[in-house]
Amino acid sequence: MGSARDIVEECGVSRFVYTDFPLGNPTGKPGDVEMQSAIAGIALDLLERAWEPRTTVQTPFVWDAEANDDWRYHFMKVDDSNRDLLAAAGDQRRSAQATVKAQGRGRD
Amino acid sequence: MAVDRRTHRSHVSYIDKSRNYYGAQGYPQPYQWAYNQDVPFASLDKPLSECRLGLVTTSFFERKAGETSAADAATKEPYAALCDDALGGLYNKDLFWDKDNTHTEDLDSYLPINRLREFADQGRIGSLAERFYGVPTDYSHRRTSRRDAPQILEFAQEDELDAVILVPL
Repeated sequence: MGSARDIVEECGVSRFVYTDFPLGNPTGKPGDVEMQSAIAGIALDLLERAWEPRTTVQTPFVWDAEANDDWRYHFMKVDDSNRDLLAAAGDQRRSAQATVKAQGRGRD
Repeated sequence: MAVDRRTHRSHVSYIDKSRNYYGAQGYPQPYQWAYNQDVPFASLDKPLSECRLGLVTTSFFERKAGETSAADAATKEPYAALCDDALGGLYNKDLFWDKDNTHTEDLDSYLPINRLREFADQGRIGSLAERFYGVPTDYSHRRTSRRDAPQILEFAQEDELDAVILVPL
């Protein structure tokens, strides 16, 4: 069950229940028990009925009926408004990582 | 109703977005996503109403009280824990999700323990395992395939699961 359709489908899974939501709530909106039950129910149906790998079922839910493209656009946005900020953040992160590495605290 | 027409696919391509985003941060090498030509498949060998299911999350187990401590490589180990101990929420602040547009204050919005227990009560599934399993997001394909996946399989066999549902955030 997930919301990053391209990543899951590239990786390839036996069965995939896709909900077209912002990353974070792949099994239904917070507080919406009815929707969560519907999505879990679709997963159970697929578990029972799929007959081939890479079977994707998209659930019928939309995040925002009025402005459903806004979250898509804003997530990991790169445009002229933040290009310099992103470049600076990258430089800062690399220099922090170099410091950690120099102190011998790097990952395995 | 009029047919909606679009010049781009509707669903977000996170592969494209992340390549552009990290490229803009000056990382020269794009992340290499997993691609598998062959994908395994097995049908259930008994009715779903007799099956024991397990859930796998990418969240950490630590409670939200520890939210100030940064997750490091040492804590990115696969784990098994009691579902009852997850009901207060799991720790996923360090994971990559859309913090501007939503939140993870409701466990069942990212790990449907309560919803699947309801399906068990109704007899739709046999049961949900008492434990759930975690694979905190790790960007190493080697650790994911050689360490984490075999560990999850071992947990699943210990708990005699018939099926496992993976739920990445």
